Amino acid sequence: MKMQSQRKAYGETLVQLGRENKNIVVLDADLSKSTMTCFFEQEFPDRYFEMGIAEANMISFAAGLSLTGKIAFVNSFAVFSTGRPFDQIRQGVAIGKLNVKICGSSAGLSDFGDGATHQSVEDIAIMRAIPNMTVISPCDAIETKKAVRFAAEYDGPVYIRVSRNDLPDIFPDDMEFTLGKPVVLREGNDITVFATGTMVYEALVAAEKLSSLGISARVVNVSTLKPVDDESIIKLAEGMKGIITAEEHSIIGGLASVVTYALRGKGIPVESIAINDEFGQSAGSHDELLAHYGLKADNIVEKAKALC
Amino acid sequence: MTIQQLEKKAKEIRLTIVKMVGPCKTGHFGGSCSIADVVAALYFHKMRHDPKNPKWPERDRLIFSKGHAAIAQYAALGMCGYFPEEEMWNLKELGCMLQGHPDMNKTPGVEANTGSLGQGLSISCGIAAGLKLDKNPARVYCIVGDGEMAEGQIWEAAMAASFYKLDNLLVILDHNKLQATGPIAERFNTSPVREKWEAFGWHTVEINGHDMNEIVESLDSTEKVKGKPSIIIAHTIKGKGIPFAENNAAFHNGSMTQEQFETACGIFSEQGVM
Repeated sequence: MKMQSQRKAYGETLVQLGRENKNIVVLDADLSKSTMTCFFEQEFPDRYFEMGIAEANMISFAAGLSLTGKIAFVNSFAVFSTGRPFDQIRQGVAIGKLNVKICGSSAGLSDFGDGATHQSVEDIAIMRAIPNMTVISPCDAIETKKAVRFAAEYDGPVYIRVSRNDLPDIFPDDMEFTLGKPVVLREGNDITVFATGTMVYEALVAAEKLSSLGISARVVNVSTLKPVDDESIIKLAEGMKGIITAEEHSIIGGLASVVTYALRGKGIPVESIAINDEFGQSAGSHDELLAHYGLKADNIVEKAKALC
Repeated sequence: MTIQQLEKKAKEIRLTIVKMVGPCKTGHFGGSCSIADVVAALYFHKMRHDPKNPKWPERDRLIFSKGHAAIAQYAALGMCGYFPEEEMWNLKELGCMLQGHPDMNKTPGVEANTGSLGQGLSISCGIAAGLKLDKNPARVYCIVGDGEMAEGQIWEAAMAASFYKLDNLLVILDHNKLQATGPIAERFNTSPVREKWEAFGWHTVEINGHDMNEIVESLDSTEKVKGKPSIIIAHTIKGKGIPFAENNAAFHNGSMTQEQFETACGIFSEQGVM
């Protein structure tokens, strides 16, 4: 199993895009060594804007840059790039559909040591609630590269969620990212597990464990959390004994909301693996936190057994 | 345009504001009338712009960070011919071009979506930085309110403009000394004004914001300042030109009776503006 850093993939892709397109600009609020925009700063100092620890100004400043034809990538930890400048994103970026890309780095519980203040449990919910916003949560380094490339080509605001830690490769290098398209990673006929981000790997591990228990699980990567194609969710759920959603995010407003809404009225039982409307906390490792909040493959297995 | 002609344009802007809002409807008269003279000088004297080509890349940009004063901008844009005059009489109606606060995708000549205070200055900084990257000679003008100075984001932007040496950016502070609920000095004092901007590294000029000579002179002189952003602190009177609204916080976002409406129109008519 090959592990790769999602944030490093993000930073390297920005550099490649910067080489291809002189209109790519990057802004950061003193976290460039964590978000990995330091790569871009090194190669394109004139197109890198250090904005100081002032996220509100950074978002609006990026909006201004986009108004001169720039494709602006704004960076901070997910809590700080979505929560603190919510109003700037809503008012200055989203209403006008400006070409601003917001990276939520160190997302979910991945900044394990820093505790609740630095862990984003609600960033997807916040961004999904804003009209005109596109929300993407890639599951590995490879999909991250493709998603960032997509964001640069797409005309309008995009939010990309990136984990702090190394993740196992899920996709081959030549995968193609299609906005809004859930991707089946493993076929099955008893249950469907819809997963996003870091939980995709956990879902695949769970499916393997389930097969030895005689339960056949389909695993679907839902990296686009907005816009959502309800029909494709329905197709991938129909005929199953039950559905499980899995995300490193609050149960409110993220993948659980996406899937349960898409499946409304279908009579298919749905269970969710998510953070149960509470904040994170410090721990010795990311994995320890995932276990504490019930976000491991074994939790998916338990839910699946109950459904079948 | 001569000073006298610009003064007349300012009066036309004020009368248009009165007519756009009309009697018995609510509008931001106060802060729109206080900045009307500056807006006239910008659109009819200083800015390079083309109403027939609102997206001309080398146009100068005007951003109302105090977005609630949008009607002053709408009046000027309409007078310049950015849109047909009849649009002005649909202000804030369902489906209209002229929203309660500036909307760049609905109104030709509007550069950004502003209205949540404090953000327009940051947006202006970003535009100024983008123009510099492109070596585009266009200038960015941004109108900020003195009540708006309470927003922390103004000072984040002030630092950024200074750090990035945005000398293609000029702020005009509409210093009318009233916020929505009363005198700024009593409600939430933002003084000292000039010293703050100077401390943030800006070139500052103080003028009477209703004296067209001083407005034009300061717009011209600040253009020559290099290596730092400039701010013109324009001392103004909220509601200027409409006697019953002058220095009256109730007209920050207020409505005229039918009688007040006729009085206001009469005052402009006596000055030869109708």
